[in-house]
Amino acid sequence: MAETTLNGFEAKEAHQNGLRGVAADWSSDQRAFKSASWGKAMMWIFLLSDTFVFSCFLLAYMTVRMSTVEPWPNASEVFALHIAGADIPLILIAIMTFVLISSSGTMAMAVNFAYRRNRNATVALLLATALLGAAFVGMQAFEWTKLITEGVRPWGNPWGAPQFGATFFMITGFHGTHVTFGVIFLLIVAFKVWRGEYDRGERGFFTTRRGDYEHVEIMGLYWHFVDLVWVFIFAFFYLW
Amino acid sequence: MATHTEQTGHGYSQTAIAAHAESQQHPIRIYLIVWFWLFVLSACSYLIDYIGLQGMLRWSLIITFMLLKAGLIVAVFMHMVWERLALVYAILLPPLAVLVFVIIMAIESDYTALTRMMSFVNGG
Repeated sequence: MAETTLNGFEAKEAHQNGLRGVAADWSSDQRAFKSASWGKAMMWIFLLSDTFVFSCFLLAYMTVRMSTVEPWPNASEVFALHIAGADIPLILIAIMTFVLISSSGTMAMAVNFAYRRNRNATVALLLATALLGAAFVGMQAFEWTKLITEGVRPWGNPWGAPQFGATFFMITGFHGTHVTFGVIFLLIVAFKVWRGEYDRGERGFFTTRRGDYEHVEIMGLYWHFVDLVWVFIFAFFYLW
Repeated sequence: MATHTEQTGHGYSQTAIAAHAESQQHPIRIYLIVWFWLFVLSACSYLIDYIGLQGMLRWSLIITFMLLKAGLIVAVFMHMVWERLALVYAILLPPLAVLVFVIIMAIESDYTALTRMMSFVNGG
């Protein structure tokens, strides 16, 4: 942070672009991420590590599915719901996907309004995001209950390869946990915005760092990541 | 770094000022357009299953829609297109190592499946 001055109003150093910029940023003997604060950079690095965690789960799923000699249960039928006298394939998962994408949209808008210092709109959008996230977890709980009553266990199920249950509970469970923690932190951030803590730069209870509206964007990074992971789970686990 | 980044004497933190100078302020329109496309792409991937496409067509469409959605989320919602390349490469290049892992495990599981079928056919 050597190039930032005490009051922050000094003229900004011009940064190079392109590959030369990459080399210059990384070899500058200062902070490598010129455009990102430490908070944002650390969130990105955390998300990168989380990417590897979910990658390993999906890889394990690929490995057991490719190596099993028993037929893999047809996700289209397993996750079908009986609505209005007809079995609609995968409908609950489709609704969950739309709910999560909607929450990503409201989150993006919340970040935008936070930088415009529009507190009311930010709080409303953050609460909407949390509500959609909670709805997602609720539907997941419903889906788990349905499958458990139908006899799906981590060690077996009525339709085929026993690995189906193990990978299903592991992958969706870990993702659902991420969503749950996201909802909790969304509520905390919404509360802080509502109280105006980011306007006054009050210190956080955990980090004792001064808060500012960038926290909403960092929260958004996490939330969009949760949506991103669901894109891959939806494609590989439910559609494949 | 700990002290001078925090106190500025103006009641605002250093990051707040830095964020103001380089903040991720973009027109709302672009978020709405991306949101719309995410809905369309999700509907398309659901339709793959609803129509019941099979084989290579199904798999290639699933992968295509998945990558398009992931790209839109990372690029616009997570503001990656507006970050500097030093950060973009630091975050987006390492996951490529996973592809190598995929290839290794695909070969491995092919072999496992083969040995399982052989041993089941020959009665262990």
